[in-house]
Amino acid sequence: MTVEEKKKATYTIPVGPIHPALKEPIRLALTVDGEEIVDTDVFAGQVHRGIEWIGMNRNNAIQTIYLAERICGICNICHPFAYILAVEQAAGITPPPRADYIRAIIAEMERIHSHLLWAGVAAHEIGFDTIFYLAWRVREEIMDLIEYVTGNRITKAMFQIGGVRRDITEDQFPRIRQSLDYYKSIFDQLRRVFLEDKTIQMRTRNVGILKKEDALKLLTCGPSGRASGVPKDVRQDQPYAAYADFDVKAITPDILTGTVVGDVYDRIIVRLLEVKQSIEIIEQCLEKMPDGPILEQPKTAVLLKTLAKAEGEGVGRAEAPRGEVIHYVRLEAGRETLATWKVRAPTYVNLMSVPTILKGMQIADVPITFASLDPCMSCTNRTLVTDRGVGRKFVMDYEELHRLSVEKTKELSQ
Amino acid sequence: MEKLAPQAIIDSFSKKLGDGFINGLVYEREIAVKKNKFRSLWIDVKKSAFHDAVEHICQLQEYPHLAIISSSDLGADVELIYHFTIYYGEHLQELSLGLRVKLPKNDLSIPTITDLIPGAIFTERETQEMMGVDVVGIPDTRRLFLPEDFPEGVYPWRKDEKGPPPDMLRVLPGREPK
Repeated sequence: MTVEEKKKATYTIPVGPIHPALKEPIRLALTVDGEEIVDTDVFAGQVHRGIEWIGMNRNNAIQTIYLAERICGICNICHPFAYILAVEQAAGITPPPRADYIRAIIAEMERIHSHLLWAGVAAHEIGFDTIFYLAWRVREEIMDLIEYVTGNRITKAMFQIGGVRRDITEDQFPRIRQSLDYYKSIFDQLRRVFLEDKTIQMRTRNVGILKKEDALKLLTCGPSGRASGVPKDVRQDQPYAAYADFDVKAITPDILTGTVVGDVYDRIIVRLLEVKQSIEIIEQCLEKMPDGPILEQPKTAVLLKTLAKAEGEGVGRAEAPRGEVIHYVRLEAGRETLATWKVRAPTYVNLMSVPTILKGMQIADVPITFASLDPCMSCTNRTLVTDRGVGRKFVMDYEELHRLSVEKTKELSQ
Repeated sequence: MEKLAPQAIIDSFSKKLGDGFINGLVYEREIAVKKNKFRSLWIDVKKSAFHDAVEHICQLQEYPHLAIISSSDLGADVELIYHFTIYYGEHLQELSLGLRVKLPKNDLSIPTITDLIPGAIFTERETQEMMGVDVVGIPDTRRLFLPEDFPEGVYPWRKDEKGPPPDMLRVLPGREPK
């Protein structure tokens, strides 16, 4: 039955623009029949900041690295990563191999912290705050390590076109290994907490199902796509940087359970296993790290001149914690800013699956289901917009939704 | 489905599209220590053959992944590049495929490909509102990111008179307007 035919019986609930799950703005219009969701419409654009426009009109190619880093607070490695890959292709610059390894190490550190952050948020969404605290406490270890290696917890400014700005030296390895060993020692505990807990299973199994075919049609990428059985991972398919030297395999939930359901529970499995995979990749990188310089051209002024003269185009692809990030860059000779810059964040495509995964769910399932995609609005939107169309009285706010979600957990636990 | 080599893919496009095919290019780069190849393809087609070209990509790979449509204002033309990836799922097998089509500014229209790839809808909506390219047959004509009160006929990515006028741009404190 289509929405039109059922119009009289249904009621539309706008959710947002303050995000129902994460503290970021997006607006969902849910068409409901009683408690059941019949259709969803997604309104993006609440935090569109015009970043691409700035890159094409104000900043030079090197300044844009740090602008790309500010597209998203959580994925502040993968955006500059994809960007410099695109510029290097456009300008014909090859980074030294050691830089490739350092890039991969910090990108994997980002994945560990992002997945643990998500695990905490997901637990919070179903009202399981004990696990939320546990996950975020555990995450502090990797944040400390990131600070130790790069000097900052976020916006690490590690990237430069043709290399990286800071080396990871031999005497830093023991400290890095110490953190990795810590995660290996608690991994089993994390697995038990997230995969064997009754409450989590009740709220996540068979909830928000995305079938493989739908995932392929709607171009879903990253852990959300892999949880539906799409073995797509840029690190495996078209590896960049140090990943090209390793045999990275896309993780799908059937590795652990033997089947692919494509529900929220499967998305937990994929992210959890990816934390382990990231640890292994960092270990391999440390072991096989080649010697040599970390920058192709250490003098920034010379590099800027080369870039201003360069003519060409390039595509940079990187596997972010949420999926594939792709940057397209076109350089024109004699132009300091980029001629074209197009950014595609993983949430951009993953949002298209929202109507499918919410269909047939209850309103109380919206927070956990939506959060299970690990959506990142700042990545997707890039111009400042205020939404005037939503009157306050129609808006179901975050607190209300969260209360519904917590109540559902309580009801199920009785 | 059998996987074709990059050059064979270009030949298959040329055979399939005939006159509509303009040019094909293979880009290769060696990476990291083992010097494995990073490969991408660039294929230029005429607008008349564009929809057939996308159909052909769907034959090369069931469910090709369309990453994004990038658009550049080149003065007299607008260039759209549809960034596809095919042959994913296996180590080092994937290829990036950029399908390039140039549209003259006096006829900025392109057929929709949502009939072949339903997930193309967001990026088509974005191209429509940001570049002013009319996507013919798009099932959802609404804006994606721009607000409802954004003026009609202003396209943020354009570099000509249809781009944002100076009074829409905020100048940073302490800077002169460009």
